[in-house]
Amino acid sequence: MLTHDKIERNVGLLVVLTVLTISVAGLVEIVPLFFQQSTTVPANELVKPYDPLRLSGRDIYIREGCYNCHSQMIRPFRAETERYGHYSVAGEFIYDHPFQWGSKRTGPDLARVGGRYSDLWHRTHLLNPRDVVPESNMPAYAWLDRPLNDNDIEIKMRALRKVGVPYTDDEIAGARGAIEGKSELDALIAYLQGMGTAIKQVR
Amino acid sequence: MSDFVSDFWSPYIAIVTVISILGCALLLWMQSSAKHVEGKTTGHVWDETLEELSNPLPNWWRWLFYLTVIFSLFYLAMYPGLGSFKGQYQWTSTGQYAKEMKKADDEFGPIFQKYLQQDIRTVAANPEAREMGQRLFLTYCSQCHGSDARGTKGFPNLADKDWLFGGSPEQIKESVAQGRIAMMPAKGVKPDLTGDEIKDIAHHVRSLSGLAADPIRIHRGKSLFSVACAACHGAEGKGNVGLAPNLADKVWLYGSSEATIIESISNGRSNHMPAFGDFLGEAKVHLLTAYVYGLGGGQEMPATTPADNVLTGGALGATH
Repeated sequence: MLTHDKIERNVGLLVVLTVLTISVAGLVEIVPLFFQQSTTVPANELVKPYDPLRLSGRDIYIREGCYNCHSQMIRPFRAETERYGHYSVAGEFIYDHPFQWGSKRTGPDLARVGGRYSDLWHRTHLLNPRDVVPESNMPAYAWLDRPLNDNDIEIKMRALRKVGVPYTDDEIAGARGAIEGKSELDALIAYLQGMGTAIKQVR
Repeated sequence: MSDFVSDFWSPYIAIVTVISILGCALLLWMQSSAKHVEGKTTGHVWDETLEELSNPLPNWWRWLFYLTVIFSLFYLAMYPGLGSFKGQYQWTSTGQYAKEMKKADDEFGPIFQKYLQQDIRTVAANPEAREMGQRLFLTYCSQCHGSDARGTKGFPNLADKDWLFGGSPEQIKESVAQGRIAMMPAKGVKPDLTGDEIKDIAHHVRSLSGLAADPIRIHRGKSLFSVACAACHGAEGKGNVGLAPNLADKVWLYGSSEATIIESISNGRSNHMPAFGDFLGEAKVHLLTAYVYGLGGGQEMPATTPADNVLTGGALGATH
């Protein structure tokens, strides 16, 4: 009989049983996600890979740590959909590597911020949030109004292609031209304005 | 057919899950049925005398574990978990969401419907509707127009009597539901304006609102204004609702300083308000319209309720 006495006195057996035990959850909860339609196919034809400007903006979002205070995941609760719009679905995030769902909401969720405000609002708000929302406790990102210097854009797009984002050679070749003369603010706003626009809530 | 790309995954999940649960129960049973001698140790000794007893698991702990196993089997029978098996309760997160929405609609729908049937002016005069409108405003509108609705640079004040797109109930409702797009071309309709000419126009525009300006520049700016700007803003700069703002009313969306006006003329301005009609639905748009209308700037604002208004209106009509 397999008693803990035997297991504890046999390191090889202990290792095998430990690995077996801790892999069960991953095997039934994570691995099957790679083989589901809803997690691997775009939610609809409006879900597209990030164009170069938005991709650069996304990297600024990550660089500035926006995810520390903003989530990108609207849960299917009335309290959230009333405020933000249609709940998020997995097929909206298939070109996100990695996704920015986040788990902390010091600020509001941003999953459907695209189109919610004007570009002018974002410009003013990012440079100094208190100019439009006096009660805001968001930090000012005053330095963003500077030239976008994303020299790695082609390399990033090629890397993303390796993990399944369908960028064409032409798109990668034209990437540098597409972000030419833009500011970091432009890129970040382009990213924000495209967020969650594939699914609209209609009441 | 399930969401999985092949039929393999559903049974795979179900089998691994059930085996691991039953394996837990089996392991537990094996450990509790193993022979043990009171006071026997595992043979481990630390720090000279510190030994580990080889006692069986405490009963309370063991039975809790058995209960957990039973609970998990019951849970998997009732709720989704075993691959594509939906469970006896047929629970889904979207189903739960739909139920929550329906409950709220049943509860709040009649209130929204009641106000939707009423005229904006009537709703605007109703304290309960105004409170609802204010809460909606704070959630959806205050980020741009401010919690006091007085706006800020680039975002119009909704509480004054100056309206870019009209202050009647119908016009406000259209603004909320469909959004608005405004675009002033750089240098108006005269693209060859020089820097000095722009400064002349800026002085003329400042003078329209009674602000300090150079008289010579005003004189020159006035004739330039009639060429470059009057097509939209009107000969006297009084604007056209829905087309171009009134420049003579001392209300400034972007600022009244010479530098700001020169910036506006040189680079033009483009701005837009997003549409909220689809997102909020007609009932909420109705309440929001009434709230904005009732902020004090609404045009043809009734003094009291419409019923009273008809009476006073009649009385006034008789005296004239």
